[in-house]
Order: sequence, then structure tokens, then C-alpha cells
Amino acid sequence: MAGPMKMRATAQGGVTEIRVLMTHPMETGQRKDSDGKLVPVHFIQSVVVKLNGKTVVDGQISQAVSRNPVFSFRVKGGAKGDKVEVSWVDNHGDSNQTEAAVA
Amino acid sequence: MNKLRRLILQGAGVVAAGLLAPLNALAATWNKEAFGAKSAADALKSIGAADAAASNDIVIEAPEIAENGAVVPIEVTSNVPGTRSIAVVVEKNPFPLVAKFDFTEGALPYVKVNVKMGETSDVRIIAEAGGKSYTASKNIKITIGGCGG
Repeated sequence: MAGPMKMRATAQGGVTEIRVLMTHPMETGQRKDSDGKLVPVHFIQSVVVKLNGKTVVDGQISQAVSRNPVFSFRVKGGAKGDKVEVSWVDNHGDSNQTEAAVA
Repeated sequence: MNKLRRLILQGAGVVAAGLLAPLNALAATWNKEAFGAKSAADALKSIGAADAAASNDIVIEAPEIAENGAVVPIEVTSNVPGTRSIAVVVEKNPFPLVAKFDFTEGALPYVKVNVKMGETSDVRIIAEAGGKSYTASKNIKITIGGCGG
């Protein structure tokens, strides 16, 4: 169920910018399919960003975040090669995570 | 006989509690009450921001007019010193609270996120700093809604 994630983390001027893309339908529970049936609500609820194993951003989101969510976050410090991890959990309990080194 | 039965029952109870615990922990993480609120006022109340003070230190970068309500980019920076969290509320959405981010360990109070908007609405940002809430809002006009189908 969990599609691929993409992430890029770049350090510039003492700030690390983290951009992450998640593959997820983010169904609102209000959309109807071609048969006119409501598509059940299915969305990411929790997003956690870690830098070198420490949680820096702990986010909770609703079904009103767009399909295939893209987020940008900024963290003070961070050097080339530092490890950034991003994970999510949806309302079905499915989850996914990705990690990248700061460039 | 009775003692054995009691032991078995106790054992079953412990197992059941063990199975339920992770589910409860997950439910506690996601603020069901706040995200389930159907009015902006109720959503603000359940994140403890009912008395948020207006602030010019919250910068919202978003389009004045969004053609497609399914993807409205919103970029928020809080210049309120000591900001610990940023929440995004689309006032006229069926469930107004869209996201809340808590910042720790050097994260800057900044976030960029794409949201869905059902109709033209104020987008309200709540920043929490030093136990107080601050707010700013921006009206975004929507040409095509992004919630139904």
C-alpha cells in the first residue's frame, strides 16, 4: 500500500532545508467513485522528522492535506552527511519511512 | 478449580491489555477531537488556542487566488520568539484543522504544505510560543473546489 517516498536535504547558511514527498491517496471520505459510492477516508495522520536520530518536527495532519503530500521543513544547523529520517503513519496503521544524508 | 479459573482469566486479561495498549497509544498521538471539529472555533478550542492574539510576526505566503482547490500551497514562517508549534486551519473546510507541527531540537518554526480547500476561505495560522497562542490569517479565493468529486 505504501508507495515510494522522496526526500532531499540540503545545508546552506547554517540551515538545513528538508523537502519530502510522500505517495498517498489522502482520501477525504467525501469523494465519490465512478459508481457514485463514497470512497472511504484514508489519509496520513502523523509525520515525524528526525535529524541524527533526534525528533525535530512532530506533525499531525488531516485528510485536507493534498494527495501525495509534499512538505518543507527547516532545521538550524545540520552538516553534510548528517542523517535525516522522515516517517509517516496513516489512519489504517500503514506506515513508511525514508532516510537521506544532508547534501 | 476456582483458583485455576481465576489464573486463566487473569492471564487473558493481561494479554488483552497488552494487545490494546499500542492502539490506544496511537489514538492518543493523533488529536481526534481537534481534527474532528467541524467549526474553526471548535478546532481552535481543542488545540487550546481559543484566545489566540493577532500577530504580525506570522508570515503566510500563499496565492491570493488558487485555481485548483485540491492543491493550495501554503508556506508559513513564525517570527514570534520561541515558537513551539504551528497549526493550519482552513476556516470553511468541513473539518477546518488541517495540520499541526510541533518543533523541537533546533527545528525552525517554518513549514510548507499543500492543502485542499473546498471553497474560498480564510486560512488561519496559529503559532504557540511560551504557553500563549498567536494568530494571523489570509483569505484565499478558490475557483474550483478540492473536496468533493
